[in-house]
Amino acid sequence: MPAFNPPISRRSILSGAGGVAALAALGATAGCGSGGSKDLSQWYHQYGEDGTKQAAMRYASDYKKAKKVGVKVQWTPGDYATVLSKGLLGNKGPDCFESQLNYTMVKSKQIIPLDDIIDPVKSDFNPSDLAPNTIDGKVYGIKMIDDPQIFYYRKSMFTKAGVQVPATLNDLVATAKKLTSGKVKGIYAGAQSDSGLSALTTSAIFASGHTNLTADNKDVDYDNDDVAEAISLLHQIRSDKSVLTGAATDWTNPQTFLDGKCAIQWCGLWAMPQIQKALNDDFGIFAFPAVGSKGKQVVYNGGWTQFVAAKSKKQSKAKDYVKWLWIEQSALQEDWSLSYGFHIPPRKSLAAKAKKLQSGPPADVVKLANEHGFGDNPYWTPDVGQPQTDAVTNIVLKGKDAKKELDAAAKKSREALKKQ
Amino acid sequence: MSAEADLAGAGQIGTGTRGRSAKPGAKRVKGATLWFWVFVGPFTAGLLIFAVVPIIWGLILSFFESQNTVSPQHFVGFQNYVDMLKDSAFVDSLKVFTIFAIFIIPLTFALALFLAVLVNQITFMRTFFRSVFFLPTAVSYVVASLIWKQGIFNNDGLANHVTSGLGGSDQSWLSSQHPPLYWIPLVTVRLWLQLGFYMIIFLAGLQRISPDLYEAAYVDGATPGWTTFRFITFPQLRATSIAVVILNLIAAYQAFDEFYNLLGGANYGRPPLVYLYSTALGTSQQYGLGSAGAFILAIIIIIFTLIQGRIFGFGRTDD
Repeated sequence: MPAFNPPISRRSILSGAGGVAALAALGATAGCGSGGSKDLSQWYHQYGEDGTKQAAMRYASDYKKAKKVGVKVQWTPGDYATVLSKGLLGNKGPDCFESQLNYTMVKSKQIIPLDDIIDPVKSDFNPSDLAPNTIDGKVYGIKMIDDPQIFYYRKSMFTKAGVQVPATLNDLVATAKKLTSGKVKGIYAGAQSDSGLSALTTSAIFASGHTNLTADNKDVDYDNDDVAEAISLLHQIRSDKSVLTGAATDWTNPQTFLDGKCAIQWCGLWAMPQIQKALNDDFGIFAFPAVGSKGKQVVYNGGWTQFVAAKSKKQSKAKDYVKWLWIEQSALQEDWSLSYGFHIPPRKSLAAKAKKLQSGPPADVVKLANEHGFGDNPYWTPDVGQPQTDAVTNIVLKGKDAKKELDAAAKKSREALKKQ
Repeated sequence: MSAEADLAGAGQIGTGTRGRSAKPGAKRVKGATLWFWVFVGPFTAGLLIFAVVPIIWGLILSFFESQNTVSPQHFVGFQNYVDMLKDSAFVDSLKVFTIFAIFIIPLTFALALFLAVLVNQITFMRTFFRSVFFLPTAVSYVVASLIWKQGIFNNDGLANHVTSGLGGSDQSWLSSQHPPLYWIPLVTVRLWLQLGFYMIIFLAGLQRISPDLYEAAYVDGATPGWTTFRFITFPQLRATSIAVVILNLIAAYQAFDEFYNLLGGANYGRPPLVYLYSTALGTSQQYGLGSAGAFILAIIIIIFTLIQGRIFGFGRTDD
């Protein structure tokens, strides 16, 4: 269910089938509308939930019926971020597309502000969905869905091992160790070569009471003892051999968890319907636990946002379509958020009437996301973040000194920040 | 233009020898020029568009800060080159290449030569074995990497079944650092893919060796086996061996697919091309910096190739 790729995994190029998929993506245009050059081109990454591609094409088809403007939907398997980056270089890319905002997109004039279409309904958007898409007072993207990421756990496995839901990262390390037995591992965080533990980095930093960047976005805030402790604990999970490696599906897909190969899996709200259907009540969720004395439990709230490309020759038409689909058509927005995987609608009015999210484990996730959620920072660009990713790999996999690695990485991140 | 002139000259000589008048000769020259461009033109155009222009464009970009665009933005002089050389990640990527080359070049050389000698000696089903060893060359690096990743070296893969069967524990083949087991999938996939190709090159070299040399050696009392291999076969393969080493070195510098697909760009197994890919073509989109890195890499490859050529004398006329 790759409904969301966090910044780190987006940078980590891709693993496995992505290589083929990225190439296949070049030809993976799913036609909608007339297919002529007058059509708008809209790019999506490949959502894992059944029915999403057909839904995206149906929305395009509905638009053609309503406004007589065709929309070609490109459904992109594999490394969407890289394919999109290349698409935005020339004038053959998308007219509108989904992504996550980063500052370089604005600096290099890849996208245009959308204030005129969002202004009338701005107050209906959750402020935490507006802030990550605002630079210098201008809103550049319309948030489509919110995707909180949490740990899913098997209640029966916890009972059998006699363990409780961990309250701190230290507890999680110990719990994962107790749950590991033979081929069944305590925890699974992804198929990346670093055992997926880099997917947890941002959450671990925030759970230690810090952030990637300081409040003014002028400096980094990850080169300190608290973060060093957090990343060292991720290393311990690995050195304890409590983490599953080399699984066939990535962390965004709950299949490894459903197959009973791990007791805990890092995943997102999108996987909830699939997990509920397969396991009934034999599962629960918990947020990323607190690290150290200043720490707090946190929920990383990802998701996808709609943009209009600055190089589009049909900017005005693209804006009209984005406005129609992501501002006006609340029924379609609800369908996109709740009919396939589960996502929290960014519109307050829609979130309030999302019944599927108002009871049981989905409601627990929504509550945790509301109380402990944090989102992306557009100034945390790939250039600034890459040294941190490398440092985390050195700590988690190679067991290098955490503070030294983070200090060295922070120096490089600061240089990259100066160039912004 | 010089090729055109040469052909024109050739036409004149041709007409002169036949004793014809100058007029029809001029026609032939015109025809030759036309056909020269018909055959050479498309390739020249392709080379210009897809190789020369991008190289020149890349050289220009390497002196500019160009992010998220392939148009030069701000002139920065040699700053991109300085930044790349100061970048420890880029320097580390060169170390990764060096380790890879230390493994892959001698192994490929020895095993390809071994296979070539074996295949050359057998008389039974020779074509079959030659084809079998060569077949993997036709497989894409991406496909082979996926088979290695998903079929052999994943959690439930063949490698872990073998280690379990032998009484060992499951290993994280693609991420283990102590010991660095990830080199096993990386080296074996390339060996499997390229051994056949280099075996064929060695076979061609073996078949060029005159049987007279062996017969003369036998007359002088040499026995078939190590002695003739050491003193006749191997020295006679000098030119082939040097070509294999140089081709292997360049291919190792260009290693990308198996690293990219097996390790996903992780910093512990990131050769230069994977690092440059993530710098320029990944989400960073720093085309200026990436171009500077590409030129540094090209210069290193040229220097290594020249040094090798000088040491081994590749291309000398006596070869």
